[in-house]
Amino acid sequence: MSAVPAPLPANAEAEGSALRLRHISKVFGGVHALDDVSFEVRRGEVHCLAGENGCGKSTLIKIITGVYSPEAGAEIEIFGEPANHITPTASRRRGIAVIWQDLALFPEMTVAENIAFDTLVGGLPRRVRYGAMRAMASAVLERLGVSLDLGARLRTLPIAQRQIVAIARALAGEARLIFMDEPTASLTQSETDSLLALVRSLSERGVAVVFVSHRLAEVLEIAERVSVLRDGRLVGVFDAEGMTQLRLTELMTGKTLSHAVAARDMSAERPVLELDRLGRDGEFDDISLTIRAGEVLGLTGLIGAGRTELAHSIFGMTRPDRGTMRLDGRALRLHSNRDAVAAGIGYVSEDRLSLGLIQQQSIADNIVLPVLAKITGRAGLISDRKKADLVTHRLHEFAVRIGTPQDPISTLSGGNQQRVVLAKWLATEPRLLILDSPTVGVDVGARAGIFEITRKLADMGLAILLISDEVPEVYFNADRILHMAAGRIVAEHDPRNVTLSDLEAAIYA
Amino acid sequence: MRDFLRYYPTEARLLVVLAVLCAGLGLASDNFLTLGNFASLLNNNSVNLIWAVGLLVVLIAGGIDISFAVAASVVQYVCVYAFEALGGGNWALGFLVAGVLGIGLGFVNAALIHGFRIISIVITIATFNAFFGLLMFITKGRFLYDMPDWWVDRILIFERQMADGRWVELTLPVAVMAGCVAATWVLINHTTTGRQLFAFGDNPEGAKRAGVNIAAMQFIAFGWMGMMAGIGGLMQVNIVQEVVPNALIGRELEVLAAVVLGGARLGGGRGSVLGCVLGVLLVAITQNGLNLLGVSPYAFKMIVGATILIAISTSNMALAPRRVGKGQ
Repeated sequence: MSAVPAPLPANAEAEGSALRLRHISKVFGGVHALDDVSFEVRRGEVHCLAGENGCGKSTLIKIITGVYSPEAGAEIEIFGEPANHITPTASRRRGIAVIWQDLALFPEMTVAENIAFDTLVGGLPRRVRYGAMRAMASAVLERLGVSLDLGARLRTLPIAQRQIVAIARALAGEARLIFMDEPTASLTQSETDSLLALVRSLSERGVAVVFVSHRLAEVLEIAERVSVLRDGRLVGVFDAEGMTQLRLTELMTGKTLSHAVAARDMSAERPVLELDRLGRDGEFDDISLTIRAGEVLGLTGLIGAGRTELAHSIFGMTRPDRGTMRLDGRALRLHSNRDAVAAGIGYVSEDRLSLGLIQQQSIADNIVLPVLAKITGRAGLISDRKKADLVTHRLHEFAVRIGTPQDPISTLSGGNQQRVVLAKWLATEPRLLILDSPTVGVDVGARAGIFEITRKLADMGLAILLISDEVPEVYFNADRILHMAAGRIVAEHDPRNVTLSDLEAAIYA
Repeated sequence: MRDFLRYYPTEARLLVVLAVLCAGLGLASDNFLTLGNFASLLNNNSVNLIWAVGLLVVLIAGGIDISFAVAASVVQYVCVYAFEALGGGNWALGFLVAGVLGIGLGFVNAALIHGFRIISIVITIATFNAFFGLLMFITKGRFLYDMPDWWVDRILIFERQMADGRWVELTLPVAVMAGCVAATWVLINHTTTGRQLFAFGDNPEGAKRAGVNIAAMQFIAFGWMGMMAGIGGLMQVNIVQEVVPNALIGRELEVLAAVVLGGARLGGGRGSVLGCVLGVLLVAITQNGLNLLGVSPYAFKMIVGATILIAISTSNMALAPRRVGKGQ
């Protein structure tokens, strides 16, 4: 690990590069946020940095701008000059500017001060030249073809105008390399169009732009090359020409979307949950469905179709106005979710982090929470032995990698937290398990693990209702798929008789 | 003028309230709208104003300081012994010693806040107790009256006899206060450091990404507060001609309320010198008016408290629609 950078090969490309990174790693608390990443941006190029949430994009940008320092061994070259110790001011001076996803603006300061903020930083304390700042700000806004009240405080501006201020700030310092982290997230279509036009004109004038966006269509339209990051590693650098959205998604997620369909015919099994024309005013209506023992029933549809509302009624959190529910052939009347748990229904919520777990409590305490009555000994006090037995058993079953069961939940990764949520509900020994968007905020590797567990639970005879708005998720993991729209079930699909693209077309139509 | 109303709504509102209050008190009491009354208002509130502008800087930088009034007492005691050791001292030495001691105590706060990343209210409550406990322990609560003459002599910077024979006088602390207010105004509005303080208080993460030195911001804010605490302590001795260890306790909350009334935001990024001065004056004039009207002193606190509550809750009401807009 020498601090001296290895001499770069003197080829023509090095001359044309605005930014060249090699061997960039960053470790936070033992976890590799970035692992030996290389990244190169050519002068005047529009380069897209693609990847899922948490793949390391933001960390990479923070390293380039000197907010974080990389681990030893990193080589950074900005416009052909080695730059191994970067501070935010130094990176700015070398011509790098960033439009942060959260804008990083100052709401209480004026528009002019926000745009010309970099003139206030660095060097010795000196007089503020408000006139020069205003002139600078109005010149940049003129270049952008926008007019804003320079003396207004930023907080009085609507969010789209703040976005423009952030862009103006990046352009104010004659930047030669601009990072745009989700710049279009809060813009309307016409504002987005003018931003993309601006990016093109910047590129024509030799300014390199690194564009980060979740809107893949936008990315492929504007970028010349795409660097894909996944789980802190560089997957590769690709030409945007000839790249499709589907291929890019596959590269970002690492999921090949040509899985085998796991569906089986479960129609011979005994029914566990039967709903007959269930309805609740303003939420859903006329819902009839059956879930059988060992079956995974997928429920999908657009956001707002009423899926979660239906789940809440099945779990006793809301009361249906019409229709009947039967569990194991017996009529089911629920007054609260405690009734539902007692009847044998488990629910893993969509918002797993805030609703499913108590973050500050230990792993063990979280697992036993729904079943406290089962682990009490004499005098109604909790028996430590019973608790320990139950916890060890469940953790083993789910292969959760942890230090000890006494560690707080917050020390676990997202995927492992999800497994603990599953373990928690399985401790209630349910006959029906509702999984509501179980992979939201879970990284790619853990997703596969969750569906493995789901399948295992089904094989143990549980009935599973899998709710997801990601069609591929239900397509590859459910035995049958119900399509819900506007509070009603509009179609039933058998994954074995339909292609994924036809199914997606039907649902997104 | 329109720009003033648009960009400084808090200050404009305070000016209006103050004007209405003064007009009302002028009608109710013959003594209120006199030069003599205003001079004594300034004389009596100069120390609070010195502390207020110091606290303003801390609030702008996103912090809070509970310990400054006790720090001022500590400075007073150390000064008494320091001047004795230095053979009497003089004003120049006085400002130097008080200022440097105050800055030192401010740096203690800054070092703890920055070093341990603990919020300033917790640290300054701790140092408030530590400073005060240490002071009482070492001094055993003794009062000091034996100060050098230059320190306790009344110095007039303005005097004039009115037609009715009474004297209108402004004392040295008023001049010092004017200097502190002006210096703070220059610092926060006309230096890059001051603007960085605003930015740091407004959005610490954004300031950090823009290359603002976070540690420097804490030391500058609390150092400035400390310097004002020390100078205010020095002036307080000039006014009351004695050093009493627990005389200043409680003043920190009074000053804090006045500064917040003046539009400084707990949480940082917002506040102005004008607003701060108006906030202190509003509280002072309310008290002064009640006094002239012969209202019981026990009712003062209640009325002043109510004034502050009304002022602060109505200023939040005006901001409410904007917050809704922000969420969209």
